[in-house]
Amino acid sequence: MTVPAPDQDRAQGTWLDRNGPGLPPGAAHTLEQTWSDPPGIIGWFSAINHKTISKRFMVTTFIFFLLGGLLAIAMRLQLAQPNGRLLSPDLYNQVFTMHGSTMMFLFAVPVMQAVATYLVPLMVGARSVAFPRMNAYAYWIFTFGGIMLYGAFFLDIGPDAGWFAYVPLSGPQYSPGKRVDFWAQMITFTELSALMEAIVLITTILKMRAPGMTLNRMPLFVWTMLVTSFMILFAMPAVMLASTALITDRLVGTHFYNPGEGGDALLWQHLFWFFGHPEVYLIFIPPLGFMSSIIATFSRRPVVGYPAMVLALIGTAFLAFGLWVHHMFATNLPELGKTFFTAASLMIAIPTAVQIFCWIATLWTGRLNLKTPLLFVLAFFVILLAGGLTGLMLASVSLDYQLHDTFFVVAHLHYVLLGGAVFPLFGAFYYWFPKFTGRMLSERLGRWNFWLFFIGFNVAFFPMHVLGLQGMTRRIYTYPEEMGWGNLNLLATVGALTIAVSVLLFIINVLHSRRHGELASSNPWGGGTLEWSVASPPPMGNFPLVPMVHGRYPLWQAPAEPLHVTGLSNEHREVLITSVADARLDHRMWLPSSSPWPFLSAVATTILFIGSIFTPWAVVWAAVPVAIATTVWFWPKRDVVRQRVRTELKP
Amino acid sequence: MNAVFLDPRPLQDALRPAGVQAAHIGSLWNLTLGLCAVVFVLVLGACLVALWRAPRAGAGTEPDLSSLSRPERRTWRVIGWSTGLAAAGLLALLAADVWTSRALARLPLRDAVNIELVGHMWWWEARYRDADPSREFSTANELHIPVGRPVVVTLRSNDVIHSLWIPNLQGKKDLIPGRTATLRLRADRAGSYRGQCAEFCGLEHAMMALLVEAEPNDRYEAWAERQRQPAAEPVDAVARRGREVFLGKSCVMCHTISGTTANARFGPDLTHLAGRRTIASGMFPNNRGHLAGWIADPQSLKPGVNMPANNLPPDELQALLAYLETLK
Amino acid sequence: MTLRPYMPAVCLIVLLALYGCEREQRPVKAPPAASGLGDPSYAAAGKVPVSNRYEENAFAVSQGKTWFRAYNCNGCHAAGGGDIGPPLMDAKWRYGSDPGAIYATIAFGRPNGMPAFGQHVPEDQIWQLVAYVRSMSGQLSGSVSPNRSDTLQAAKPENRREKEKPVHEATPAAEH
Repeated sequence: MTVPAPDQDRAQGTWLDRNGPGLPPGAAHTLEQTWSDPPGIIGWFSAINHKTISKRFMVTTFIFFLLGGLLAIAMRLQLAQPNGRLLSPDLYNQVFTMHGSTMMFLFAVPVMQAVATYLVPLMVGARSVAFPRMNAYAYWIFTFGGIMLYGAFFLDIGPDAGWFAYVPLSGPQYSPGKRVDFWAQMITFTELSALMEAIVLITTILKMRAPGMTLNRMPLFVWTMLVTSFMILFAMPAVMLASTALITDRLVGTHFYNPGEGGDALLWQHLFWFFGHPEVYLIFIPPLGFMSSIIATFSRRPVVGYPAMVLALIGTAFLAFGLWVHHMFATNLPELGKTFFTAASLMIAIPTAVQIFCWIATLWTGRLNLKTPLLFVLAFFVILLAGGLTGLMLASVSLDYQLHDTFFVVAHLHYVLLGGAVFPLFGAFYYWFPKFTGRMLSERLGRWNFWLFFIGFNVAFFPMHVLGLQGMTRRIYTYPEEMGWGNLNLLATVGALTIAVSVLLFIINVLHSRRHGELASSNPWGGGTLEWSVASPPPMGNFPLVPMVHGRYPLWQAPAEPLHVTGLSNEHREVLITSVADARLDHRMWLPSSSPWPFLSAVATTILFIGSIFTPWAVVWAAVPVAIATTVWFWPKRDVVRQRVRTELKP
Repeated sequence: MNAVFLDPRPLQDALRPAGVQAAHIGSLWNLTLGLCAVVFVLVLGACLVALWRAPRAGAGTEPDLSSLSRPERRTWRVIGWSTGLAAAGLLALLAADVWTSRALARLPLRDAVNIELVGHMWWWEARYRDADPSREFSTANELHIPVGRPVVVTLRSNDVIHSLWIPNLQGKKDLIPGRTATLRLRADRAGSYRGQCAEFCGLEHAMMALLVEAEPNDRYEAWAERQRQPAAEPVDAVARRGREVFLGKSCVMCHTISGTTANARFGPDLTHLAGRRTIASGMFPNNRGHLAGWIADPQSLKPGVNMPANNLPPDELQALLAYLETLK
Repeated sequence: MTLRPYMPAVCLIVLLALYGCEREQRPVKAPPAASGLGDPSYAAAGKVPVSNRYEENAFAVSQGKTWFRAYNCNGCHAAGGGDIGPPLMDAKWRYGSDPGAIYATIAFGRPNGMPAFGQHVPEDQIWQLVAYVRSMSGQLSGSVSPNRSDTLQAAKPENRREKEKPVHEATPAAEH
């Protein structure tokens, strides 16, 4: 890694040039060496720099997105005509289960965490995430879980009970073999990864912000990741409990979900949806942060109503835990109880409405730079708005009696997930690609990408509202010709293929721009937050000099003294720990060196998890390598401890 | 499969209510659709106006930081009022939903027909209940109900979770093993209505349909009376031979035909098979050709179904078909 | 950022796809029966050891369990503990414990009360029943044997049972 060249900012004016004198080249080089990972193949497995891990994470989740998309194309080709014979019923069931599981568990939440682990330290002025080795372990665990699931799918052991696997269908009697066990264990992998990333992000956000960055001055994206990470801590345990109970029911014969022995089939639904509803908000809330970042930069003004935006996020997070029964309206739960959840499901529209109104106000009173990131963000106001409104329809118990488990729900969920998460995510990729790689994505290809995606999406999914009302239920591998659903299904397939072309354009854009894209300065879009103050791509240590923060948009607001914090060591991986609310200087901390042991611990954990699909003894015996690997991981190095003690200030 | 194999073609459409329950839900749908459409137009309109009127800028344009020093009271007021309006709209939707729920629960149940429906993988078992047990009868996959009289359907499941959904008549309700649910509906217009299982239940979830014939009360009572009779004694020699085939081969292991020794409950009750319009749980027309294909190799029509292939010699198959045709 | 370290994983997955997994296939079309018993007699059943392809397939064994309930084998054998028919989950076998012998038992019946089901139950279903019956005494691997059913439990789930060592005992005299 070489020392990055001095910034070549396009605009004149001192407000863009924030780095000041910077470090002398010798010190910058030392800092670079300190934070770099070792070279070579061992070095590749030992890497723990948060940007390196995050880029791998983003690529891996994007590969899963592509795989999930291919599965979707297979389904659409099967359903394009009545009495389709492309996929057998068994294969179709596996395909839609894999599509849902991939998109929900292997793409939607992890990609948000991946982008966050890259950007959050840069936005808060930190040189690293907290717990960098655990960050690496979380990536490996996630990857191994995904590989396990796809390996099973290619072996014809793919799960086939749907992405939410209702018992008794997914239970021991009606899903023989190991298919559902692989699915349930994949949940364990991905939820462990998500929990760890949540811990990393919460700690980074609360304890490692640059001095002066009070909670009140934190970028809105950082707020969304804080809120999301807390939600993860409360939501993930519910699904881990549910899936573990399912595994024990299937492996050793417990009776959690066996009505014949005092269990309850509905217990699964409660446990799963208690996680499942917050899960969709885990997917939805980080992109709200993308929206705020992009709208601020491309309207050339701060987002309207910062306190309202933050309270809206927190309100959404709390309310999200009170909605889960709206997935269960068709069961025989008491009517009055269900109506409570209707009220809650309607109520959660209010904080989202506040956010939408604030963004529109920002656009209204701003000056607009209509580039590709903003286009993707604007699609939110069409697609997510439509999806949210169909969500209000589904929130009503009586209406849900007709609409539940039909293609209307399929349409709704894709409108909110793509409109609310994927479109802003693509906008975020276009926005931060220069920061990740140092090059701009092609604006022309970006516009083609956007319009094909937008048009293809609406052509694919709008007809599904009509299909649902016309009686087409979900998860059917085919339908008779006389139902009259053929034409709309064919239209939906055409739309899906259009989406595929647009994603292909995105891939071409990325691959081409990596080599031949226009070189990016540190702040090509003229943004106001701290990540735009460092080079593109950032040096391994992020900030040559840790900034002092005096406002919400440090790069836009007039500089104030002091500009930087000095005294952080360049020879050691030293970070600044600050207080939770006001980011007052607290102490300095040394982060660990690069190590292959997180990777090896992940391998050992994978063996434990996969083994426990086949025998409960795996939990006992495979725990030994896990214990050994994690012990070596945490074993302190004598010389490092000695150096640390020497640098301590004694009273 | 034939293009229009059932005449009159059954309806499966939530937007064409043929019964009071579906009509209540239909009204709520219209109200909600209208309200949501208005909101969509207003919000999207505001966004488009913002896009249209805002001056353009570039990356180098000086950002406008006036809002950091001067509070934007007018903007906040607009946002506040809009949020208030949104909350009011949501309250209206809540009230409409509560009103509809009450209406659904208040279906008068005088003189109701009681049907107990048990979901199987992948067919519907129906037992018509009566205060007098001798007047109860069983059927499968096709229900007849009287127009204008309420029908109380008790829902249980034999294996996994299914869901009964007849969109023209009512919303859906899940059939959950270990639990008993109830669905109340009433057909207010005569006709054929198609329902479908609406909860993923395995390999042939796509092919678990249900036909509901709503007819005037006297026609319904006549049908019910026919259903109560055991199977007619076959007059024809070929049909009698067909009955021997039925009892001597695999059929007797799973199916019931009252009036014979066939009394198994694993598959649908066939006592009055010939009176049904469809076979294979509402999927294929009930005619000789389809029935022959179904008996010979159900797996090619509905792969994964529990009924095995039957390699019958042609004369036995024909005799069996002749017998089944007598089961009116 | 290079994709080269991911290549081993990709190659592995491609190889796995080509190999496929026998255990999990859902056979809905009846395959040719396991080296079928052409000669319908007890003597023939004992001569050549017959293997049952369904013993490696979890779905088939679970189907066997479905037929066991559907055809009311429980009526005489209870859930394997035995009633008027002998127990099926213990180590004692009167007529042989290999698949061919069990097939003959089910298809042709046996003295002392076991009916012949060969005319009523199709051949591949009998093979599935054979596989299930063998799983009742733990003869099949844990990944293939059925798990617990969603009912009141009569005994341990089949995949948790100890593998019994089959002991062949003489046929008891007719009971009257």
